[in-house]
Amino acid sequence: MKFRRRTQQEQSTPPLTQPASQPGAYRTGEPIRDTKAPSGPVEDRWDTRRFQAKLVNPANKRKLTVIVVGTGLAGGSAAATLGELGYKVKSFCYQDSPRRAHSIAAQGGINAAKNYRGDGDSVYRLFYDTVKGGDFRARESNVYRLAQVSVNIIDQAVAQGVPFAREYGGLLDTRSFGGAQVSRTFYARGQTGQQLLLGAYQALERQIAAGTVEMHTRHEMLEIVVSGGRARGVVVRDMVTGEIETHLADAVVLATGGYGNVFFLSTNAKGCNTTAIWRAHKKGAYFGNPCFTQIHPTCIPVSGDYQSKLTLMSESLRNDGRVWVPLRKGDDRAPADIPEDERDYYLERIYPAFGNLVPRDIASRAAKNVCDEGRGVGPGGLGVYLDFADAIARLGRDAVEKKYGNLFEMYERITGENPYEVPMRIYPAVHYTMGGLWVDYDLQSTIPGLFVIGEANFSDHGANRLGASALMQGLADGYFVLPTTIGDYLAGAGAFGPVEEDDVAEARTAVQDKIDRLLAVNGTRTADSYHRELGRIMWDYCGMERTEESLRKALERIPELREEFWNNVKVPGDAEGLNQALERAGRVADFFELAELMCVDALHRTESCGGHFRAESQDADGEALRDDENFAYVAAWEWTPDGPVLHKEELDYEYVKMTQRSYK
Amino acid sequence: MNLTLKIWRQSGSSDKGRMVTYRVEDVSPDMSFLEMLDVLNERLILEGDDPVAFDHDCREGICGMCGMVINGVAHGEQRATTTCQLHMRHFEDGAVITIEPWRAAPFPVIKDLVVDRSSFDRIIQAGGFVSVPAGSAPDAHAMPVPKEDADAAFDAATCIGCGACVAACPNGSASLFTAAKITHLGLLPQGQPERDSRARAMVEQMDAEGFGGCTNTGECTAVCPKGIPFDTIAQMNADYLRSASS
Repeated sequence: MKFRRRTQQEQSTPPLTQPASQPGAYRTGEPIRDTKAPSGPVEDRWDTRRFQAKLVNPANKRKLTVIVVGTGLAGGSAAATLGELGYKVKSFCYQDSPRRAHSIAAQGGINAAKNYRGDGDSVYRLFYDTVKGGDFRARESNVYRLAQVSVNIIDQAVAQGVPFAREYGGLLDTRSFGGAQVSRTFYARGQTGQQLLLGAYQALERQIAAGTVEMHTRHEMLEIVVSGGRARGVVVRDMVTGEIETHLADAVVLATGGYGNVFFLSTNAKGCNTTAIWRAHKKGAYFGNPCFTQIHPTCIPVSGDYQSKLTLMSESLRNDGRVWVPLRKGDDRAPADIPEDERDYYLERIYPAFGNLVPRDIASRAAKNVCDEGRGVGPGGLGVYLDFADAIARLGRDAVEKKYGNLFEMYERITGENPYEVPMRIYPAVHYTMGGLWVDYDLQSTIPGLFVIGEANFSDHGANRLGASALMQGLADGYFVLPTTIGDYLAGAGAFGPVEEDDVAEARTAVQDKIDRLLAVNGTRTADSYHRELGRIMWDYCGMERTEESLRKALERIPELREEFWNNVKVPGDAEGLNQALERAGRVADFFELAELMCVDALHRTESCGGHFRAESQDADGEALRDDENFAYVAAWEWTPDGPVLHKEELDYEYVKMTQRSYK
Repeated sequence: MNLTLKIWRQSGSSDKGRMVTYRVEDVSPDMSFLEMLDVLNERLILEGDDPVAFDHDCREGICGMCGMVINGVAHGEQRATTTCQLHMRHFEDGAVITIEPWRAAPFPVIKDLVVDRSSFDRIIQAGGFVSVPAGSAPDAHAMPVPKEDADAAFDAATCIGCGACVAACPNGSASLFTAAKITHLGLLPQGQPERDSRARAMVEQMDAEGFGGCTNTGECTAVCPKGIPFDTIAQMNADYLRSASS
């Protein structure tokens, strides 16, 4: 890579942290549009775009370098596919192997519009369900493409040897999942994410062996290099040696997952963090709908203050388990001693059409409501029962064990209770973030050359993601969408020019400064203790239910706590070599800044939609009330030293009529 | 409950390493093993000591990142359980617990309980895949797979690559890990074209990494958190022999 030194007047150093301004204050900028999605019938748009996209000559591909950060379903499949196409790929992950990314923990399944059941499914129906399930805050063009591509994912995975569940005839089994009335979810027992990720991982390892992909494990991306207005590289820290490295490229792909760990307790892996996308945001990538968080209804409740993470129980359990709480407040009898007529199967009562299978946001809020009424069960009254007694009576214990055996085992291991005999206790927990970096139809962010895929982008799920759709989106982006759209960008790479030396130096200095600052504080509290407190603020004030008052409170508390963090955190050791406490402190520092933007976004969106429930905006039955007239847009936030600037992307619905969601 | 921990401390690959004793008090039986170590580490940080480095990520038994030898047993005495899923209710109050890293020449210690398992990735690189570029796949139903084959393939495919099998084996063999992948792909029609070359290349890579040979002691399958069947190793040997004679 060639360098050019910038002249003195071109240089600028952005301030490290945002200056204090009025809590929740923001400015509104110019609207933003997705200029890449073609017009015309929705079913033709992806074909049109693929045809219009410029191609890179095969001989030129090996001269072009693409950096892919993250090796989950999106990043692993993208790196493998780009390698197959002949690009020079550099792949990075913070784990010791690309096989460990958190996609691996997805249990339930992956949706695809195969209609193998002949039960009325189609690409259009999956599109329709996803737009509606997302509460009309996702783009029709993107979602339609996702539904189209879904069928190719299953083909690809099966060809790789992913051992999906099969029926006795040898064909693939499917189940209905998370609010869908057709059976379109393919699964591999309770380990679908693991099997799909291993498929992508094996494809990636094949490319590593072929020499097209250079793998960097135990490397954490800490800064992005933007030069000439384009994303041209990353600054990473080798977590084993502590060395700060620069890697340059013609394009950068972030596949770094979601930011649910801003809540400290979530179902994410401990290492999941926002640093990569937050650094990109501060370098010019707009952040789409940061407040859209998904709270998963079926997780194992918190057992104590030492709790380090929450464990999800697949929502497939709701297919056979019945959710209930005691009818009477404060009823502390053992569940077996509560007679049938003193139980409230509240989901079946409130939502007779969908019953226990209502979408996630609705199931979560209903659980919160019954617990707020004082009818919760277990320690602290923060739990509801998920009862399999009826299923066991109907299907037999063996059949239940076959379907859910590994989940029951996991539950017993964590709680010490046997769910075949005692109903499970479950409670909602943060699980997924629909928000993420804003991207256009090509999955390109507002920084040219910076592409964002999988959970790290905001694109396909609107305000609420349907079950079994995360795996679908990650693999759609990585195997099929990005490899095409990035070619259109890279076809012009010849004119990008050399990377400015000063731009690299600036990124490296920012990384070094932050590490030095963290190590220099030498205060009296650990980074984890601050993270825990930040998470508590977010859960209490920007969690399942948000109000203007709670968000304003959060916006007062977060900057105070952040200030204290920077003056009182204690990070042991030095930056040479493995220092896990330093890694964590750096991530917490970025979570602090993101948390504030999430609250600003949640405060500005005075409507309720999907996972974002503003208590001020509900109908007579307590259901989320959208405000389409004022909020049918994507909130794309720009970072500036003077506070966030809002750019609105208006959403048009040509095919799916905007209606209030009803699952009654 | 109160516990005495004897933990392997090693500052880096050039350090010889030693066992260091720590007391931890007020441990809740509902804590996971790693949460107990978190509590210890929080204290060590505040006391100005170096916290114990250990690998972990998902903390739900599936990513395969965590792993330590607890009281001489890889992942501890509870069967079919990763370290992160082990809970303190399985220990007695007042117990003395020894905690060590995986020990095998192809898994060099990076720091404390963290080891380098990249040798596993290189075994997969040698042939643990089906060569099918994105977009080239036929319809998923083009090739039915008998349910029992699919189920058996799944059982082998659940390997999480944690390395407990190697840590437990008196020979430091990676046979169970390698056999799991060879069996998984070898049972499926999609895996047939490369079946022979896969078995040969993966076994050769396993040897090249310095893993020992299998002498059928079965320690690997006893500690395997996913219960990978022991007979996968017989399958690997059969495939390897077939490839060598073809």
